[in-house]
Amino acid sequence: MSEQVNKIVDKGLDQGVINLTQERIEKAINQVLNKEAGARLKSYVETCVHCGMCSEACHVYLSKDKDPIYSPAGKVKRTLSEMIQKKGKVSPEFIREASIIASTECNLCKRCAMYCPFGIDVAYLLLLVRRICHLCGVTPLYIQDTAHSHSVTMNQMWVKDDEWIDTLQWQEEEAQAEIPNLRIPLEKEGADIMYSVIGPEPKFQAHLIYYMSVIMKAAGIDWTMPATPGWDNSDMAMYTGDNEIMGRVKRMHFDTAARLKVNRIIMGECGHAFRSVHDMGNRWLGYKLPPIPVIHAIEFYHELLSSGKIKIKDQYDKKVTLHDPCNVIRGRGLGELSRKVVNTLCSNFVEMTPNREHNYCCNAGGGVINTGPPFKNKRVLSNRIKAEQMAATGADVVISPCHNCHSGLEDIVHHYKLNMEVKFIGEIIYNHMEKPTA
Amino acid sequence: MNELYQLLTGPMLWLTFFVFTFGTLYKLLSILVLTIQKEPFIMSVFSFKYGMRSILSWMTPFKPVSMKKHPVLSSVIYVFHICLFIAPLFLMAHITLLDESWGLVWPSLSDSLIDYLTLIVLACCLFYFIRRLTQKEVNYLTSQSDYILLAIVALPFFTGLMAYHQWFAYGFFLNLHILSGEIMLMAIPFTRLSHMIISPLTRAYMGSEFGEIRHAKDW
Repeated sequence: MSEQVNKIVDKGLDQGVINLTQERIEKAINQVLNKEAGARLKSYVETCVHCGMCSEACHVYLSKDKDPIYSPAGKVKRTLSEMIQKKGKVSPEFIREASIIASTECNLCKRCAMYCPFGIDVAYLLLLVRRICHLCGVTPLYIQDTAHSHSVTMNQMWVKDDEWIDTLQWQEEEAQAEIPNLRIPLEKEGADIMYSVIGPEPKFQAHLIYYMSVIMKAAGIDWTMPATPGWDNSDMAMYTGDNEIMGRVKRMHFDTAARLKVNRIIMGECGHAFRSVHDMGNRWLGYKLPPIPVIHAIEFYHELLSSGKIKIKDQYDKKVTLHDPCNVIRGRGLGELSRKVVNTLCSNFVEMTPNREHNYCCNAGGGVINTGPPFKNKRVLSNRIKAEQMAATGADVVISPCHNCHSGLEDIVHHYKLNMEVKFIGEIIYNHMEKPTA
Repeated sequence: MNELYQLLTGPMLWLTFFVFTFGTLYKLLSILVLTIQKEPFIMSVFSFKYGMRSILSWMTPFKPVSMKKHPVLSSVIYVFHICLFIAPLFLMAHITLLDESWGLVWPSLSDSLIDYLTLIVLACCLFYFIRRLTQKEVNYLTSQSDYILLAIVALPFFTGLMAYHQWFAYGFFLNLHILSGEIMLMAIPFTRLSHMIISPLTRAYMGSEFGEIRHAKDW
């Protein structure tokens, strides 16, 4: 394995290791393990009886012919356990390897927490490893770049302030060709809803904003989008272990909604962004739950469809299956709602197995896809199990209500030649709903 | 031999109770203090209802998917833990000792039944041992300490069996039985055997996270 990984050239890791000193490593490990972490680390490390039951949970382990180094506990053994045993006296090369393991071999999907009899949260332990690597300055280049972007622009994709507004107005004009009086309301104080998206939407998937504007118009929603930074709900700093930036980004997002005096935030079909407002970013800021209700698109669509605000004129009749993204299914229990939505929209729905909380991860989330091209092959090859799971459905379309999953599944479909389309729910709603003419 | 017996059932036993009791309290307290100091959010997440939901779900045989994936191991774990507690606690000889010392009495099980339970415990230990050697994913995680812990658990049962049947050197096995039992009890708070104390907490915490925050099942 090492041989193969060492061939991977990644400037963030390679340069980071050159700059790294022994003192800095020890300081970082000491800082995280002794000062920042507490009861969870102690309990997990001292309680694990090395039974190996977590192995079956991990898509990487299953896809890599059950190679034990890829089991959840195996990944902890190769990283954190070694750091603890050696009291932080590990080499820069070890930190590089640990960074690769924590950032590209684990998606922090927490499936293994459901397979450990003690409920040990390996994702949390590997996040600690990412945090250590971050403090050592050894993080894969591409995801580090997104964290830099967050810190400079408050969005993930270096979208400039004027480009953001310009993109929204561009999509508004496009949509007006279809519905002449459609608006994408900007900075509307006191609107019911602030709609927020992730950086990649304005950057290269602007049509998704178009679709949502049509849905909002048809449903008669009083909504707005901010014209200022704070519009982006994504948070890759959360995945690099840069908790400080994570907190800044989340605060800006919540503050923007508060400034606009909206009742709630609706977010697009993104999983990690939901984790950042519902689990990690909010807690960093001291909130048990988000200070303003944040509703994931799945729940919002369900609300619109079940209340009749959006009517479906003809059901989508291709054979579809549904992927359960970890952060909103295992992370927010939206599994039943997503099925209700899909069954309303589609006439031919088949489950993939396992599903709901037990679904296999896309292997893209948890920031893994954001480590970029150097790790793409590895990422796709280490999720064969997902390809098999999807192929077994015989479906033509896999619906994935999460951006990271969506991109990851597309890569898998392409590599394993599955001949499937990957779709967002919003896309299907847009194409099959009754639209207002004016 | 007799002097050793006096030592093991006298001062050593008191030491064992002391180390076990205060070790356990220390373990629990240190977790509690760490939680309050560094991760107070855990307190806000903790839910009795969902904690219990998780614990009970994981105690129900073959309810968790993970157990279904490991039917043999799960059955062994079940039987092992039940026998591990029942055999020493309901053995006539143990109860008699407690009666003589403190006048504590409760019903006992027949000696022949306990004999079987002891054999089951030992068979389970053998299973764990072989599993550690042969199962790739377990072997990879296994360190020397895992074998030592297994020996610490198996030894009181093995020596108990030998002493009860008075096979070979009775006095030797009796003393070794007492000593190994004391070692096991004292090891509980300070080794991975502490899962006896901590695992209900980690399970309840994960159950609370899943129930209270994530609105999902964790089994």
